[in-house]
Amino acid sequence: MRNLRGIYVIWLRDVKRFWQDRVRVVVGIAQPALYLFVLGNGLGGSFSLAGTPAAQGGFVRFMYPGIIGMTVLFTATFSAISIVWDREFGFLKEVLVAPVSRSAIAIGKALGGATQATLQGAIILLLAPLAGVQITLLDVLILLPVMALVAFAMTSLGIAIAARMRSMESFQVVMNFFLMPMFFLSGAMFFTDRVPAWMKPLVSIDPLTYGVDALRGIVLGLNRFPLVQSVLILAGFATLALGLAVRSFQREG
Amino acid sequence: MNAIEVHDLRKNFKEIPAVKGVSFQIPPGEIFGFLGPNGAGKTTTINILCTLLTPTAGTALVAGHDVVRERDQVRRKIGIVFQDRALDERLTAFDNMQLHAILYNVPARELPKRIDAALATVELLDRKKSLVRTFSGGMKRRLEIARGLLHTPEVLFLDEPTVGLDPQTRRAIWDYIQKLHQKRGLTIFMTTHYMEEAEVCHRIAIIDHGKIIALDTPANLKRLVGGDVVILKTSDDAQAAAEIQSRFHLPVSPNGQGLRLEVEGGEQFIPTLIRDLPTTITSISLHRPTLEDVFVKLTGRAIREEGPESMLRVGMRMWGRR
Ligand SMILES: Nc1ncnc2c1ncn2[C@@H]1O[C@H](COP(=O)(O)OP(=O)(O)OP(=O)(O)O)[C@@H](O)[C@H]1O
Ligand SMILES: [Mg+2]
Repeated sequence: MRNLRGIYVIWLRDVKRFWQDRVRVVVGIAQPALYLFVLGNGLGGSFSLAGTPAAQGGFVRFMYPGIIGMTVLFTATFSAISIVWDREFGFLKEVLVAPVSRSAIAIGKALGGATQATLQGAIILLLAPLAGVQITLLDVLILLPVMALVAFAMTSLGIAIAARMRSMESFQVVMNFFLMPMFFLSGAMFFTDRVPAWMKPLVSIDPLTYGVDALRGIVLGLNRFPLVQSVLILAGFATLALGLAVRSFQREG
Repeated sequence: MNAIEVHDLRKNFKEIPAVKGVSFQIPPGEIFGFLGPNGAGKTTTINILCTLLTPTAGTALVAGHDVVRERDQVRRKIGIVFQDRALDERLTAFDNMQLHAILYNVPARELPKRIDAALATVELLDRKKSLVRTFSGGMKRRLEIARGLLHTPEVLFLDEPTVGLDPQTRRAIWDYIQKLHQKRGLTIFMTTHYMEEAEVCHRIAIIDHGKIIALDTPANLKRLVGGDVVILKTSDDAQAAAEIQSRFHLPVSPNGQGLRLEVEGGEQFIPTLIRDLPTTITSISLHRPTLEDVFVKLTGRAIREEGPESMLRVGMRMWGRR
């Protein structure tokens, strides 16, 4: 009971903040749109998708699910960063002296970040018509939980790392070593079955690969792995990451 | 039962001791102050008492519960205002209060009423819906105090509640605290390095280098200082010090701004001193003993160097946190 209350408060705070920042949330659509249309059209002009199942509709359409994945990944990670921020600026302290357990903080934070990232991802769905993608209501109903799962996994990973960090700077360094490679290797911008052999293992241990693949499957029907398999792998990864996040919180103090 | 009981409390960070065995008891309803310079171990002690840190040795009971073994019981009964701000500045005053109230299980039905009442006590009710970011330093502090009291704690911890605020705001905050104390009769444990503030405490522990070097009521502590304090500047302080020692048989100590001596009946002494001292006196001042003097007496140092240098240090500390 006591822990549910703690989880709820941490989650509620993230939701409130998301609401306070609604202007930025809408403006936040600019960056993914830039990636999608500038990079998508640019790359699409240089490389041909002819002969692949994605030939129809062009590169922008192919990249669209990847951009949803990117948005979720980035939002989730930046939400996790706020833990370092909170420690420097003290809000976390206020929660640490409250009669709630530390695991509640980690879980609440993971749920809060996941909610933010899912909502931000959902906003990207509005770009679908511009990307030449048709999404049905049923697609949306399947997309949302998958996005939420990806978001939860990524926030948990971010928290597990952030809880061990003491300063913003070190967190940024670590994130650059995780975040960008995770995004690039995930196949958000290319077909993962055509990469050189040495990249293959890296691609397959990147959890985001399965997230992007699942999203692409739902939106375009172009998945390499069965949806169920991707979901199971993501769920397994999320559990592991959450476990690490909870542990890194309990070690503190 | 005492509100707080601390026995031989110690805390080392790695090998370095920050608190070196402090003991004290605080009866319910008392305002108890920790007075000491930067790095004395005040915050460390508070952090142990409010269960954020585990002590290296010793025991501490707060509201009858052990701070290590009965964390949750302790946490339910205390309110804290940290030295560093602990508000979410991107949320409104109401949001900050609401999150706190849920954490402490304030019944949902009572919640709006209680938040309004708490905000009204610190005169922030009209800013309920404003983002905390838009508050001044003093308003943020008042909000934190209101929040700390929202769940009606038995013991309230205030770690330098007025640091960095202008004198007027400081006085206003102390008025709130004293009013609250009278109304609710709660126990208050506070730290400060402002002497005037320490005067409102029923009892004060002077802490330096992790140890309590004196503990008593402000009046009794001031009696430790021999008499009135005279501070003088001269054209040659070393020369003047020697002359005072030989002519008046009074101990003299340099104190940064000039020479400092303690003497009974300062008003009568000053004319004599001016008449009989060969070295030219450029300025002279007389004051009744303050806690500052007690601190100087006990440690041989001023608790806080006033002036531009200390401003710079505060400024740098604030930067350091960014
Ligand atoms: N987390 C920490 N790790 C290592 N040393 C620490 C830590 N916290 C405090 N210290 C050290 O412990 C000593 C006491 O610090 P503390 O914060 O308790 O002082 P304080 O009396 O509150 O000072 P101030 O008036 O500056 O707030 C200092 O020497 C400080 O450097
Ligand atoms: Mg301190």
